[in-house]
Amino acid sequence: MIVVAAIISRLIKRESGKGYQYFAGALLIIVPSFLCFLFHNYVSREVVAFMLLLLLSLIAMSFDIFPVLLAAILSAAIWDFFFLAPRFEFFVGKPEDMITLCTFFFIALLNAALTFKIRQAEKKARQEEEKAKAYQLYDIILNSLSHEFRTPLATIIAATDNLLTENGTLPSAHRAQLIKEISIASLRLNEQVGNLLNISRIESGLLKPKRNWCDVRDLIRNVIKKATENAGNHRIMVRTYDNLLPFELDYGLMYHLMYNLVDNALRYTPDECFVKVTARMEGEDLVLEVEDNGKGFARDELHKVFKKFYRGKDTKAGGLGLGLSLAKGIAEVHHGSIALQNIYPSGARFTITIPPQNKSLKN
Amino acid sequence: MHQKEILVIDDEIQIQRLLEITLSSNGYKVHQAGTAKSGLAEAAGSAPDLIILDLGLPDESGQSLLLRLREWFNKPILILSVQDREEMIVQALDNGANDYMVKPFRTGELMARVRSCMRSGMAAENQPVMTFRDLEVNLQTRTVKLENEILKLTSTQYLLIALFAKNEGKVLTHQYILKEIWGAEFIDQLQYLRVYIAQLRRKLEKNIDNPQYIITESGIGYRFVGK
Repeated sequence: MIVVAAIISRLIKRESGKGYQYFAGALLIIVPSFLCFLFHNYVSREVVAFMLLLLLSLIAMSFDIFPVLLAAILSAAIWDFFFLAPRFEFFVGKPEDMITLCTFFFIALLNAALTFKIRQAEKKARQEEEKAKAYQLYDIILNSLSHEFRTPLATIIAATDNLLTENGTLPSAHRAQLIKEISIASLRLNEQVGNLLNISRIESGLLKPKRNWCDVRDLIRNVIKKATENAGNHRIMVRTYDNLLPFELDYGLMYHLMYNLVDNALRYTPDECFVKVTARMEGEDLVLEVEDNGKGFARDELHKVFKKFYRGKDTKAGGLGLGLSLAKGIAEVHHGSIALQNIYPSGARFTITIPPQNKSLKN
Repeated sequence: MHQKEILVIDDEIQIQRLLEITLSSNGYKVHQAGTAKSGLAEAAGSAPDLIILDLGLPDESGQSLLLRLREWFNKPILILSVQDREEMIVQALDNGANDYMVKPFRTGELMARVRSCMRSGMAAENQPVMTFRDLEVNLQTRTVKLENEILKLTSTQYLLIALFAKNEGKVLTHQYILKEIWGAEFIDQLQYLRVYIAQLRRKLEKNIDNPQYIITESGIGYRFVGK
């Protein structure tokens, strides 16, 4: 019976509504008391008292303070009324019974109060832990933001300083190099600002994709052309299946998504690796894959990489940790999904699945 | 005089290329390293006259690399980092950095700091008499002259100015100055230092609102500028 009560009180806790708790707490006291009352010839009143206290402890473990207090008062009243002589009266005859009743009531209240205190302390500890975690995250984000914005700015400022203060002494090769550095740094800055703006648009729910009929082959070709501008010696492979049809997509967003994936693969795998982009239809869905034969991801990283501001372990400097979370966001505003898996013998594969804009239209 | 050599330890390729151009066009020979490991090896191998160190390296924190370098490398180390929090700066200076610059930086300022670091690296043994513009500090006779007039100084004021003179161009943290002049137990007595700096400035500076000798590095310490 006690076990059943324990299970019930756990279940009720999940429901967690206050009204439920009053009701369940009272029920957990009344029903067993009633059973004891039926067999009161076989069960001594001390046993009933202990059983009620045990039930109260269980209730105190799961419920809020007020339902527990109600159960405590109720159990004291029931014990007095139904089990203490004279029965069916709140009046207590013998002084020792009076003492037992007071003790019972006191233990019941203590039980409730102590459990309440423990839970308050737990709650506080948990809040403090969360706060510390939030601070830590805030610190990491702020550091990576300031690094990502200040490094290209440092390049631009220092390069322009150099150009402004030289009086014809700088070799022209150096001058050309400085101008190139400014250009690279500004583009990098622009990319980061774009990522940051897009992620806030997606998060705020304001970004609605404008889906138009697109040639997926075109999209992939343009992404690769842009991504390989600064790439080293990677081998790039593209495979588009014959069943590929024009598809309704937000071209700009999907370009951004694919660019982030391809750029990531190029950036974080060693030279001489390959990056392979595949496009095909699966049923009515468009399936895009970007895979490489780099090191792949650590098992515990596979889910974390899509988190905002998450940076891979042992990764080089650079990057806000937004690229993949942005990719996920873009797939999701298209009502699609993105998945990551490691592949054999080594490497990683991102799979993007986008359902058609309106299935009924196609039929 | 041989060409001065500078080792740049920074993992940002753009900053590397830029510093290479900037430093080499100012007559320095530049060595480069992108990781703490290669930086340590390069510092030992090419024995540079100065190291420019970034704090955010991929394989090890710059602060710990700084400590490891300081176990044997006694030439100046200049920190160049995006980290602009005071406690990071103070920590780097306490760990043995000679100076600290925050990115983004102006190249003119960087070159001035590099030159000042190089000077302090050279003046390892102090000459008894040092001159800074109108100011002359004589460590032998314990006298300080401003425009050839002997300044009346208390002994603490003299110790302060001597400490600054020996570390010309270098940022001294509050804690370092307090420890050197008053002793380790006074390390938190910032108000002492403020009072004495104010007194010194009144005697040294032409315009107390725009000090030219003792420069405040807000939240960090003071820098004595003699050139």
